[in-house]
Amino acid sequence: MPLLEVKGLKIYYFTLRGVVKAVDNVSFTLEKGESLAIVGESGSGKSTLGYGLIRLVPPPGRIVEGEIILDGTDLTKLPESRIRREIRWKRISMVFQGALNALNPVKRVGDQIVDAILAHESVTKKEALQRAMELLKAVGIDPRRVNNYPHEFSGGMKQRVVIAMALALNPDIVIADEPTTALDVVVQAQILNLLKKLKQERKMSIILITHDLSLVAELADKVAIMYGGKLVEIGSSDDIYTDPKHPYTKGLMASIPRLGGKKELYWIPGNPPDLRSPPPGCRFHPRCPYAMDICRVKEPPYYNIKGVSVACWLFEEKKSGG
Amino acid sequence: MSTYSYKDLILFGEGLKVYFSLARSLTEVLTFKKGRNVRAVDGVNIYLPRNKVTCLVGESGCGKTTLGRSIIGLIRPTEGRIYYKPSKELEELMEKEGVPKREGFYDITDVSGKIYKLLRRELQIVFQDPYGSLNPRMTVKEILEEPLIIHGIGESEDERLEMVIKALTDVKLTPPEEFLNLYPFQLSGGQRQRVNIARALILGAKVVVADEPVSMLDVSIRAEILKLMLDLKENRDLTYLFITHDLAVASIICDYINIMYLGKIVERGPTDEVIKNPKHPYTQALLVAVPQPDPKGRWVIKEVPIKGEVPSAINIPPGCRFHPRCLYAMDICQREEPPEYLVGKDHYSACWLHKEKK
Repeated sequence: MPLLEVKGLKIYYFTLRGVVKAVDNVSFTLEKGESLAIVGESGSGKSTLGYGLIRLVPPPGRIVEGEIILDGTDLTKLPESRIRREIRWKRISMVFQGALNALNPVKRVGDQIVDAILAHESVTKKEALQRAMELLKAVGIDPRRVNNYPHEFSGGMKQRVVIAMALALNPDIVIADEPTTALDVVVQAQILNLLKKLKQERKMSIILITHDLSLVAELADKVAIMYGGKLVEIGSSDDIYTDPKHPYTKGLMASIPRLGGKKELYWIPGNPPDLRSPPPGCRFHPRCPYAMDICRVKEPPYYNIKGVSVACWLFEEKKSGG
Repeated sequence: MSTYSYKDLILFGEGLKVYFSLARSLTEVLTFKKGRNVRAVDGVNIYLPRNKVTCLVGESGCGKTTLGRSIIGLIRPTEGRIYYKPSKELEELMEKEGVPKREGFYDITDVSGKIYKLLRRELQIVFQDPYGSLNPRMTVKEILEEPLIIHGIGESEDERLEMVIKALTDVKLTPPEEFLNLYPFQLSGGQRQRVNIARALILGAKVVVADEPVSMLDVSIRAEILKLMLDLKENRDLTYLFITHDLAVASIICDYINIMYLGKIVERGPTDEVIKNPKHPYTQALLVAVPQPDPKGRWVIKEVPIKGEVPSAINIPPGCRFHPRCLYAMDICQREEPPEYLVGKDHYSACWLHKEKK
């Protein structure tokens, strides 16, 4: 049984200007110690999906349908009080996007970590502080800095503190939403190393939410490509990088600027869809170079092609063709 | 110091320094301490070859934006001179007004008034943030018409409208009539950046400073904007200073690369030379740190050959400013600032290691 199983999850925002189907029928699984990347462009619904997993979708958003099964328990059915006490931070924690601003500027970083521990466990403050120091050490920060304020840290160190905080209760799953966007490449590489080590040493499962496919390759075992609120392709990162199947995945792969690669520019024409009124049929069809008649009217089902799950009518063709 | 032949250049700056003074704290005032400076740009030579893309690559806070703004006259440098080879009309005027000249270039560091305004047409900028750099209360037409009005170009509104339509067509916002009356919020990020480019070019720019023009756009549309910029460069004989933190993007679109660290250019040269054969320890570290789209990388803990963190531009380390982070630092690095050494064809690196090797 997988550690986490998401089935047919739908998260909609009920805005005054219409219903935004930010996450629309999304399913995937995550094993213990596995790292999954959810890749998508801005507005694809990837952050909403992340928030959904810890039941923190901001209003007017709401989980409309589907199941989030963690170790046999459906999180969508639990009352908020139990989520807060038993699940959030304890089982699934999150490194928020823009973590540089995620810390309270007028509180010592140690105390902020202590707060997270005390909220869930009945330990003394002294014990909690001891744990906070160990956590800082684990993320490569001198534990003596436990009494410093956030402004005394650099961007990369603040990011480490936020990661330390996410680890405070030793969760099974850490969701990292664009954990390195505001950071420079050298610091980014250090944070990636930290996440790799945590994954190896603690057998922690990581859900990485990002738009950066270069970053994904550095961390993820499994990749889910999200477009217009839907997962269009899920597979092992080896498969997705060497043999992308969905036309959108192919386009994304070709658009990555590669160091020392070919000096060619490739892009996907058109713009991502407006999720208030997504295109009918396959949501990618207006930008797809292979779009057929059926793509414009009917949503494609998932096809299993050598272990990779892909939602594209092209594979129906291939199946019937041979 | 440079083997760039001046005849290929359109603009260059030498010995540029841009300091911002900090407000003195009360203790500093009471103890008669001198005010401190942020040395954003601290002694830089930069050369822009005509009709080429020159990149300025560096981490946040290294002074790349300040340098970019200073060479087109948006920030007056504290020290150093900027030289520019203007268009024929402007050249005549500069000649008449007696603007100082050197090797066929005019010293534009201190120009003001009429000449500054004419210069402004030729030296333009595209800002990073496509959301913040367009006035949300103006339509596309008003945004593009404004520079024409300010510069008194176009006799009538109809004539200006024609120019606006042409500018929109040039950046492939077609059909242009559909965009004229839209407000920025009705445009996608990519479309906004096209409007920004159109605005920079509508007065007939020759040199464009592009400050991270695609970093806030989605991956799948970045290349489209870059291609547009490269096409415009060919068609209109433009010269770019392309500011970016992304070495991969720089390696694809730039002819020349300048690597900047804490207010100094530490390495510069033709793009392929610098990327394939980096000489400065900082450039080498940056190149190792760039994530690669290869899933095998997930099994490897990548050791970046650099230590510590970027110091503040207020307290720049003595000697080579990179020495506290450098794995190869020697005694001399702590005392003396390294000169630029020629390490390949047109390829310079400011590091004492190159002296040792000689």
